[in-house]
Amino acid sequence: MASANPERPFLTRCIRKSAAAPTPLLKTSKISLVWILLALITGGYTLFLLGLLGATAAYSTPAHLVSTLKSREIQHSIQLSLLTCTATALLSLLLAVPSGYLLSRTTFPGKALVEAVLDIPIVLPPMVIGLCLLIFFQTPIGRLLEKAVPLTYTVYGVVLAQLVIGAAFAIRTMRGTFDHLSPRPEAVAMTLGCTRARAVWLVTLPAAKRGMFAAASVAWARSLGEFGPILVFAGATRMKTEVLPTTVWLELSVGNLEAAVAVSLLMVVFAVGVLVAVRKVGERV
Amino acid sequence: MIRFENICWRAERFELGPVSFGVPTGAYGVLTGRTGCGKTTLAEILCGLREPASGRIWINGAEVTHLEPARRGIGYVPQDGALFPTMTVRENLGFAPRLKREPREQTAAQVERLASLLGIGQLLERRPEHLSGGERQRVALGRALAAKPAALLLDEPLSALDEQTHVELVRLLKNVQTALGLTALHITHHKQEAAALGDSHFHLENGTVTEVPREKGVLRS
Repeated sequence: MASANPERPFLTRCIRKSAAAPTPLLKTSKISLVWILLALITGGYTLFLLGLLGATAAYSTPAHLVSTLKSREIQHSIQLSLLTCTATALLSLLLAVPSGYLLSRTTFPGKALVEAVLDIPIVLPPMVIGLCLLIFFQTPIGRLLEKAVPLTYTVYGVVLAQLVIGAAFAIRTMRGTFDHLSPRPEAVAMTLGCTRARAVWLVTLPAAKRGMFAAASVAWARSLGEFGPILVFAGATRMKTEVLPTTVWLELSVGNLEAAVAVSLLMVVFAVGVLVAVRKVGERV
Repeated sequence: MIRFENICWRAERFELGPVSFGVPTGAYGVLTGRTGCGKTTLAEILCGLREPASGRIWINGAEVTHLEPARRGIGYVPQDGALFPTMTVRENLGFAPRLKREPREQTAAQVERLASLLGIGQLLERRPEHLSGGERQRVALGRALAAKPAALLLDEPLSALDEQTHVELVRLLKNVQTALGLTALHITHHKQEAAALGDSHFHLENGTVTEVPREKGVLRS
C-alpha cells in the first residue's frame, strides 16, 4: 500500500487512490447486491409457492387422503383425466407439428392474422372458449358434426374442450422448435434425392423430437388443469364427464373440503411428475 | 458443364441478374464476391432450392431449370455443412445410397471407401455435435459425393475453419475433384482459397457475374 504523501494536496491523493483502487471490487460489490436482490425475489416467491402446497398438504392426514382417493367417483375422475389428457396431448401434436412447421418455414398473405387466430385460446378466458364451443355446436354445421360424433356433454366434448386450449400452446411450442432448427439440412436432403415431405420426415422431425415431447407435455399439463371450458361444454356429471378439476369444484360446492384437498394434492403430484419427465426425458430425447 | 443463362432473381429489396456464365466440364470454377452480394442465392438457384424469375440452368448439357432439387444431380456442400444432426457420420454418408435403395452391402462399402478417401474413417460412429468444423466439412463433402453427383456445388465450405484445417481441406478438395473428374463450382471470398482451387474464376458484383483471368480473379477476390 503506497503511503500517503503529506505534501501532496488531499484532493490529488484522493483521485490517485480512487484511480488505483481495484475497480472489479466495486463492480463485484454492485453485482453482489444485485444477486442478493434477485435471490431474495426468487427465493421469496419459491417459498410462497411451497407454503401454499405445504399448507394444503397439512390440511388433511395421509390416511384420509388415501381413503378419499379410493372412492369410486374419484377413481373414475382420475382415470378419465389421464385418458382425456393423453388423447388431447396426442391430438394437439397432430395439429401442432404441421401448423408449427407451416408458420415457421413459410410466409403468406394473412400470416399475422392466422397466428393471431391460433393464439386466441391462449388469451381468451377459458370459460368463454367453453361458451363458444357450446354455441358453435348449436349451429347447423355444429349439429351436423354432432351427428357424426356426439360432443356436447360427452367425454369427447371433454377432449375437444381441452384440445382447443392445449393445441394453442402446443402450436406455439412447435413453431418455436422449428424456428430454432436450421432449414439447411432439410434443403440438403432435398438435393440428395428427397421430396420435401420425405426430407421433413427423415431429417427435420427426428431433430424436432425434443420439441415434440415438450409440446405434448405442455398440452397434457394444460389439459389436466382445464376446468372452465369443460364445465360449460361437457358439463360436470359424476361418473360421466367428471375430470379432476371438476371433482375439486364439485367437492367444494358440497363443502367436502378434505376430498377437494386430496384431489388437489394428487394434481400437484401429476404436475410435478410432468415437470420432472420434461426435464429428464427431454434431455435424453 | 454448369451453365447459367440470363438467370434473374428478385426479392423485395434485392435483385440479381441477368447472370450468365459457365464452368467447363471437369473444371473447378470459383465464384467470388462480397458478403451479401447474392452468391448463396445463386447457389440455391443452381441446386433448385429457389426458383429464378427468368433464365435457364444447364448441367452437363441438360436443362434443369424447372427440375426438383432431387433430380438435378448436384452435390451440395453448404457453409456450415448442414449435417443431419440425429444421424451418425456413417448414416450421413449412407443417406443418399439408402434413398436410392442401393443394396446394404454396396452402401456400406461405399461409405467405407468415402471415409477412407476423406480421412474420416475413425469418425463413422460419431454424431455431428461431436465433430470439429473441419471434420464436419469432410463429412458434408462425403455425403454429397455418396449421391454420385453430376456436379459439385460448394458454398463457402471452408470459411469457418482454422488456418491449418483450411490448408488441408483446400488440398483435399482439389485432389477429390481431380480424382473423380467432377465439375465443381466453389463459392468463396477467400483469395488464397480461390487461387489454390480455381481453374476458372468468376466475380459477382452488382448482380452480375463476370469471368476474370486467373491472376486478376485472384487479386479481385
